[in-house]
This record gives sequence, C-alpha cells and structure tokens, in this order.
Amino acid sequence: MTIIWFALIAVALAVYVVLDGFDFGAGILHLFVAHTDEERRTVLAAIGPVWDGNEVWLLASGGTLVFVFPAVYAAGFSGFYLPLMMALWLLILRGISIEFRSHEKHWIWRSFWDGVFAFSSLLMAVILGAALGNVIRGVPLTQQGYFHGPLFTNFMPGKNPGVLDWYTVLVGVFATVALALHGACYLQLKTEGTLQKRLNATIPALWAAMLATGLLTTLATNAVRPELYANLILRPWTWLLALMIAVSVFGLPIAHRKGSELFTFIASAGTLIGLLAATAAGLYPVLLLSTTNAAYSLTVYNSANSQHGLQIGLIWWSTALAIAVVYFVFLFRSFKGKVNLGDNVYHE
Amino acid sequence: MNAAGWSRIQFAFTITYHYLFPQLTMGLALLIVIFKALYLKTRNENFNHAARFWTRIFGINFAVGVVTGIPMEFQFGTNWAKFSNFAGGVIGMSLAMEGMFAFFAESSFLGILLFGEKRFGQKVHMVSAIMLFLGSWLSGYFIIVTNAFMQHPVGYTMGADHKLHMANPMAFLLNPWALWEYSHNMTASVVTASFVVASVGAFYLLIGRHREVASLFLKVAVVTGFIASVIQVFPTGDGQSRMISYYQKPTLAAMEGKFRTSAHAGLVLMGQPNEENGNIENPVVVPSVLSALAYGSANSKVKGLNSFPKQDRPDNLVLLYYAYHIMVGLGTFFILLTGISLVMLRKNLLMNSTPLLWVIMLAFPFPYIATTAGWMVTEIGRQPWLVYGLERTIQGVSPTVSGGDVAFSTLGFLGLYLVVGVLFLYMIGRTINEGPEPHAEMTSGTQLPSATAN
Repeated sequence: MTIIWFALIAVALAVYVVLDGFDFGAGILHLFVAHTDEERRTVLAAIGPVWDGNEVWLLASGGTLVFVFPAVYAAGFSGFYLPLMMALWLLILRGISIEFRSHEKHWIWRSFWDGVFAFSSLLMAVILGAALGNVIRGVPLTQQGYFHGPLFTNFMPGKNPGVLDWYTVLVGVFATVALALHGACYLQLKTEGTLQKRLNATIPALWAAMLATGLLTTLATNAVRPELYANLILRPWTWLLALMIAVSVFGLPIAHRKGSELFTFIASAGTLIGLLAATAAGLYPVLLLSTTNAAYSLTVYNSANSQHGLQIGLIWWSTALAIAVVYFVFLFRSFKGKVNLGDNVYHE
Repeated sequence: MNAAGWSRIQFAFTITYHYLFPQLTMGLALLIVIFKALYLKTRNENFNHAARFWTRIFGINFAVGVVTGIPMEFQFGTNWAKFSNFAGGVIGMSLAMEGMFAFFAESSFLGILLFGEKRFGQKVHMVSAIMLFLGSWLSGYFIIVTNAFMQHPVGYTMGADHKLHMANPMAFLLNPWALWEYSHNMTASVVTASFVVASVGAFYLLIGRHREVASLFLKVAVVTGFIASVIQVFPTGDGQSRMISYYQKPTLAAMEGKFRTSAHAGLVLMGQPNEENGNIENPVVVPSVLSALAYGSANSKVKGLNSFPKQDRPDNLVLLYYAYHIMVGLGTFFILLTGISLVMLRKNLLMNSTPLLWVIMLAFPFPYIATTAGWMVTEIGRQPWLVYGLERTIQGVSPTVSGGDVAFSTLGFLGLYLVVGVLFLYMIGRTINEGPEPHAEMTSGTQLPSATAN
C-alpha cells in the first residue's frame, strides 16, 4: 500500500516539475529571448492560461504528503523553515508578476514586473534543485523525528549539513539549466518567427550545459549518497528509466535539428521525468535520510498514515486524479498551437 | 514572544488577509454565473458587459487569493508541525481533496474564462463560469471540513502511536458542524460579493457613468444581497450557534458574556464585559432569550464561565465577545439596508435615490468586517484547543522553529502583503475607472525602450 502512495506522490511531484518547470524556464529566459513588448506578451500568453493550474500540482502533492506521510511533512516543512518561507515569497512574486504586468501599459511598469518574473523564476529553480539535493543528501534528523536546517554550515555534506552546501548548490545549478532548457523547449512549441528563432538558438547551448552539469551531479551524487545507485542496480526494472533518460537526453538535439517542435518538448519532459523517477526509485524506502544516525531516518514504514485511511484514500485520490487529467488535457488542447495575442479580451 | 505566540499571530494575519480575496471570489462566481445566464436568456449585451467586468475583478482577486493561499498550506507544516503530525492522518484527507478536486477545476477553468471567450464562444464560456463557481465552492467546503474537525472532531480514532487516524471518512466529511459552518460562511460570501457589486453600481450611478450596466449591477446585487443576508441569520447563523451551544459550552458563555450559570439566561445586546469582576457593565439584556435560542426553552440552564476551569476557557474573552457582537450587529444592518433597497427597487426609486446610493456605495467594507469578526469568533472561540478536546494549541507548534524565525517571517509577510495590497487596490481602482463598457485604447508609453531601439 505505502509503495503505491510513494509512487503516486513521486509522480505528482514529477508532473509539477515538468509543468511548472517550463513556467520557471520561461521566466529565466524571457529577458534574453523576448525583446519587444509583443514578444514578452507572447511568452506570458504561452504560460498565462496554465501556470496557475501547474502550480496546483505542488499544492496537491503537499496536501497528499500530509495525508500519506504526516511525519515527513511535519519534519521536512518545519526543518526547512526559512528556505520554505523564502520559496513562498518567491512564488507570490512570480504569481503577481505574471498577473499584474499587463494591467498597466507604461513600459517601466512592465519592465519592472518582467524583472521580478525573471528573478523569482530563477531563484525558484535553484531552490527546487537545492531541495531535491537536500532530500538526496539527507538532513540532521534527531530521534524525535525533527530537525533544524540552518541555511549553511561549512558548505560540506556531512553529519551537520546546512541547506546549502556544495552538493545541493550543484543540484540547484543543474536544475536551473535543465528548467531553462525545458522552458526553451516549451516556448519554441508555442511561438513563431523571430522569437522562436532566438529560442531555437539557445537550445543547443543549454543542452550542452545541461549535459555537463548533469554528469557532474551524477558523479557527485555517487559520492554523497552511494546507496542510491546501489538500490537502482538491485532493482532491474529501474534500468528502463535509465534507458528512458538516455533516449530523451540524446533524442532532444536530434528532434530539434529535424525541426520537430513537439518531440523536442517531449524529450525535455522525458529527461526530467526519467531523472526524478530514477531518483525516487533509488531513494525508496527512505523518505528523509538522517545524517546523524541512519536509524532516525523517516521511511515509508515508520511515517505512514494508517492502512485503513490509505486504502480508502486510494479510491478518491485516483478518481480525483482522473478528473484532473481530463481538465488538463482539455485545458492544454484548448490552448494548443501557437499563441495568438488577439485571444485575450481582458488586457492588451 | 515564543514561537507559539508568533505562529498564532502569523497564522491569524496571513489567513485573515488571504480570506479577504476568496470571500469575494466565491460569492462573485455565483453573481458572474447569474449575469452570464441573464445574458444568454435576454441577449441584452449589457449583462455580458457586467459578466466580463466582474470577471476582470474576479481575476485580480483570484490571483491575489492564489498567491496568498499557498502560505496557508505550507504553514501547517512549517509552523504547526506537531499538529500536522498528530492530525495529518485525518485532516490530510480534506487538504489533499481540496487540491485534487477543487483547485484543479478552479485553475483550469479560470484560464478558459479569462482567455477563452473569443476562442471558444459563449457556450464554453458559460460552462467555464459554472465550473469555476463549483470549483471555488467545493474548495471552500474542504477547508471548512478541515476547520470543523478542529472545532468538533468526528470520524477519527486515536492510534497506539498517539496520533489521529481516519476511522469513518463519511462521518468526517459530513460533520454536522461543517454543514452549518459552510452554509453560514458561503452565504456570507454572497453578502460580500453583493455589497461590492452594488457599491460599484451605486458609484457609477452617482457619477453618472455607465448608467445602464450600473443599474443591472444594483438590480441583481440587491436581490442576492437581501436573500443572503436573511439566510445569514436564519437558519445558518442560528444553526451555527446551536453547534457552539452543544459542543463548545465555554465558547458560548464567553461570546455571549455569560459569567455565571443560570436558567432563563438573558441575551446581552450591548455592554462591556469586565473580566476581573466577572460581569457585563452597562448591559442591555433581553430576558430568557439566550436560553431559548440555545436550547429551545426559556427554562434551559445556560452554563456560565464559572462552570469551567480557567485553562479550558477561551484565552481572549473580551476580543471574542466584541467580535461576536460586531458580527451580529452588522448582520442586522445588512438585512435592513438590503431590505430598504429592495423596496425602493420595486418602487423604481432606487436608481435615483442619491442618499441611499451613497449608503450603498460606502457600505461595501462592512461585510468584510463582519466576516472577519465571524472568523475571529470561530478561531478565538476554539482556544485553548487546536483540535477541540484533543490537542491544545500550545502542543501543536513546530519543536525546532524558534520565535525569532517566526517573527522574521511574519515581518516579511507584513511587508510583502502591504505591497501586494497597495498594488491590488491600484489595479481594482483602474479597472473600475475603465468601466464595464468597451473603451478606446491608450497608446502612449506602451512600447518597451528596447523595442524602439531595435
């Protein structure tokens, strides 16, 4: 039962990263690729109808985490108190920058919000990566099942690590590059003309940077948490994920060179999903590793809700998920194809 | 102050601020559906102008509601980790359901409502308005179910691990407390939306702009406002206070200012509670009415605060008492104002009655105040418990978070929300100034400097 829920939460989080990831990527890139007001509005219109729904995957994953693994939610959220508060402020800034920008026409208002959008998206990408880095590396959980994560200690992973050390920062950098690439792959699908040309020009460079930081992160992960790979080797079905990652990573530039807009985006999404799924599969059954004493780690066995609640939960949760998928298919199909700025009757 | 004190302040501030926005959007979603339906029925283009105008206001409110709502879900874990750990097995269900069932619907269909009218035509537009209405009202239900569990826990078992586990999901979802709280809260939301719509209508009439659309605002909002204000008192307000009189007896005593147990308890309309002396100063009391309202007979005994040990009483009696009396007083005023407006509307005098239009225009803040006061009654009334009778507030805080951390983030929220509030008001003001009818485009200053440089 708990393994199903573990997988469901991992999937929900991966969907969040894939969907909101291109919003963050769009934010990171737009100052560089979109020069005129019309181009900036095109970028915003490409994510405008969907960013809010994308963010809901984070809320839904969080709500599900409370329900399934209350102890992990409690320890993780209170342990990362200050970084999470900053993430909240950034999410607030990101949301209002998208929504407020087009309500006023003066260029200085719009430029200001464009800057806020870029800044908050960039930092959110770093934070998402660093958060994943913390989960992989482990946190100083005590016997009581709680911890306090200072922002940094000596920048080394070890018994008493901070939220930021060289490893988590490295994962943060990798996430930023990967999400910027993902954003470029999404935007080239939604745009045309000069804007699309500029986006296409960034993709090979971002891909190379993603590959380089990705390989570095892979090696570093082996140094910081070798069990992750040991687990993967012992679970042969996860080799399929490795195959998926390889096909996606190397398929991306091929699809892009052949001019297949859709497959370029799918390859980018596949890379993210494959990496996150492989990470989750390698971490199982540990949810939050304790760096002070492995016995204090929170696992699917010692932190799950009662079986009864989880069994019933599976029924309504999967029903709701099916409905949500229908909404999303409807939403994305409705707005499929290139952005048309004339569609918006509310702000110009 | 310690982490518990700061966390209470932080939660109280962020939830009060956040709820300024959903309380409008939930009610407004209903009014938008009504405007849209009236348009499809009458094909009077002004109804569609009204629907579009309020969708714009809705969009701004919804955006601020979304961004200020995320911190609420996080705070259960960041500030109240022990509570999440203790009760997560039960309340996690309604929190996850809110995300899975309601937020997905809301966010998907808002995109279509805002961006899709031209692209998909009127039918899809109407459907998305209805879905948005259903999504936002469903979202409200799951949050109320969560709150109702904290007020009156049902459907759970206490595990050997001293944590709460789900025993009966249907009992949890159909908590009688939740049904009353929900109907009371949602009609309050319709009151807020009606007052806001009427206020903008009155403003346009007074300054002589958009007269036709503005009178449609008033016609619809006065009717919905009157119906909702009446339902607010009976049956929903009555039902809600019965819940309190059965399940939270110390709270009833505190909010009514009842210090000593007695039969034939009188209802205090006005007066100042004096906690030290244990009495109400300068009271205006209607004899026996409290006994009758709470338990159905004037002979019924109503317990006073003296019947409960001090550690089980709400810790801020005076604030609770005043919040409750302000809410009830304003609720009465709402019936009066909307009632008079409705009579004037029937006599075709409303649109030209300048004094009444002034009152309607200026009345819009009061439903916000009444709703905030009502939630203060609910939440201060639940003290000293976090989950009534099961976990005290002081036991629910995060063990590893210091008071300084929470003070810092509270100040951060205060500053950020101040900026958001100023921007919000500016944009609402702009939207109201632009008005509901299609307008000529401004052109100066619309290009980024780089665009001219290229």
